Amino acid sequence: MKVLVTVKEVAEAADDFEIDGLDVGEQYLEYDLNEWDDYAIEAGVQLSEAFDDVEVVSVTIGPERSEETIRMALAKGADRAVRVWDDDVAAADLDVAAKARLLAAVADEEDPDLILSGVQANDDGFGATGVALADELGFEWAAVVNALDMSEDFSTASVHRELEGGVEELTDVDLPAVLTIQTGLNEPRYASLRGIRQAQSKEIAPMTLDDLGLDTDAVASPIERTSMYEPETESDATYFEGDAGDQASQLADMLREKGVVGE
Amino acid sequence: MSSDVLAVAEHRRGELRDVTFEVVTAGRELAAEMGGDLHLAVIAGDVDGFAETLNLDGVDTIDTVDDGAEFNHDLYAGALEALFAEIDPTALLMPNSVNGLDYAPAVANALELPYVSDAIDFAYDGGLEATREMYGSKVETTVTVDAEQFAVTVRGGEWAPTEGTGEAAVEPFDYEFDADAAGSRVTGFEEVGGGDVDIADADFLVSIGRGIEEEENLDLIRDLVDATGATLSSSRPIVDNGWLPKNRQVGQSGKQVTPDVYLAIGISGAVQHVAGMKGAETIVAVNTDPNAPIFDIADYGVVGDLFDVVPALIEQFE
Ligand SMILES: Cc1cc2nc3c(=O)[nH]c(=O)nc-3n(C[C@H](O)[C@H](O)[C@H](O)COP(=O)(O)OP(=O)(O)OC[C@H]3O[C@@H](n4cnc5c(N)ncnc54)[C@H](O)[C@@H]3O)c2cc1C
Repeated sequence: MKVLVTVKEVAEAADDFEIDGLDVGEQYLEYDLNEWDDYAIEAGVQLSEAFDDVEVVSVTIGPERSEETIRMALAKGADRAVRVWDDDVAAADLDVAAKARLLAAVADEEDPDLILSGVQANDDGFGATGVALADELGFEWAAVVNALDMSEDFSTASVHRELEGGVEELTDVDLPAVLTIQTGLNEPRYASLRGIRQAQSKEIAPMTLDDLGLDTDAVASPIERTSMYEPETESDATYFEGDAGDQASQLADMLREKGVVGE
Repeated sequence: MSSDVLAVAEHRRGELRDVTFEVVTAGRELAAEMGGDLHLAVIAGDVDGFAETLNLDGVDTIDTVDDGAEFNHDLYAGALEALFAEIDPTALLMPNSVNGLDYAPAVANALELPYVSDAIDFAYDGGLEATREMYGSKVETTVTVDAEQFAVTVRGGEWAPTEGTGEAAVEPFDYEFDADAAGSRVTGFEEVGGGDVDIADADFLVSIGRGIEEEENLDLIRDLVDATGATLSSSRPIVDNGWLPKNRQVGQSGKQVTPDVYLAIGISGAVQHVAGMKGAETIVAVNTDPNAPIFDIADYGVVGDLFDVVPALIEQFE
């Protein structure tokens, strides 16, 4: 049995940042494993612990720098990793369809029974890659999964989909399938020292478009980012100034005035 | 190809969801700019009953697919692909809801439509230009779509809901869905988040987010709650970490709250959080990051470290 976990290295903008052209200036960006993918990795590793003979492969699209992030997946228990990148991919503005095509090509090679992916990436928040990938592969899928129960024969996943307003939908999904994983599904483990050491010797296979049997058409996208700007603040908040003590006393006065605290 | 817009309604357990009426507004705008009609697809459930309610100002045609009782993505995807082929519209417009996340990317991919999700604004001038957010709402971007036809999902709460009755034609659309062959089956629903308190009843909520860093530090917030007689709530990561039970979570997938005062401490103000608390009468935010989106909706702001501000605040009430 094979579980493929898609992971993304995401950027986070510092509290104080400046925009440089169409993106936040590189010096203000910090990179990390996408929060939602952390839960997807954990789900994959837990399946490998619960079932015999489950291989967990993580796949990412990203530059060499992202190997640092991929190693986190390996340190947490993924068996090996695939990283898709080359100059054409680097030069492209990958839209959802392009990502789905690249990941589908990897999935075609790996032939997984189950693909786990995060609900969304917290940098661009598209929330679409996993489901688009399912369609590309002709797999079944379920989005925003916050509980997962795998059948003994690895043929059906019984999932909860977390809807709005404290309601969950119970759905049975036939494998092969893509599940997009919501935070809270499990408790992602920390990478142990031993895991980190072992990760150093695990394989991260680089893959180019060529290796995947694709050409530059695969990464062409009709969607183009044309501007980035800091939104005009809609804030008409009254700010409490001064040191923490001053701020607290003004805040306390306000709370008393509103009548929500006694005295 | 027509210059029409095909928008998709959303319902759950017999009720149309608010976002449906917002999608209609967004669709009307787009259809007006493109000079086409607005079609509204209503799939599964009491489609005729829904269609009556959805005879809204600006809706030209309601296309009903009378199959199934509830949302099922195989049904939605199949029906929408067929309906899209029939109407051949310029734009396919869907809600960026949890169910939207479950069918919209599949439909767009199957129809080979460029896909833009979670738009907060858009304009059409021979092509689509959509506004989105990135980096946790710290920046906005515009994206242009260079294609004749496209799919876009809209964020809830960004367009005012359409009211007012229109003159929509109701057209049943024949679509054969083979439920037995579908690879996914919805088997039921479950309510979560009951328990000791209902934060929706509270007048004063002290709400804590990831800024608290460690579970032990929650004691500090509990002290504040004790000193002020407030009720404790939180953003999602606190619940995901198991530090507070689910019934304390404010937001899209948690509770909607409308207290007199909502004191958000160490909470960035992600859209899914804001969805649950923007109805509070007075919103106060304590955050080290002056650019945190929570300040956009706050009435009072404290730019500062919660580990300094909260102890000082507790002192005020002792
Ligand atoms: C489908 C879906 C549904 C979701 N549903 C919900 C939901 O119901 N509710 C919800 O809350 N989220 C929900 N989320 C998650 C949401 O997107 C955010 O991830 C979450 O709200 C972030 O929580 P936060 O603000 O506590 O954390 P962060 O975004 O990490 O913000 C922490 C904040 O604390 C500040 N901070 C750090 N240190 C300090 C300090 N010492 N003093 C003061 N401030 C400090 C930081 O500046 C930052 O602004 C959902 C997401 C998805 C995809």
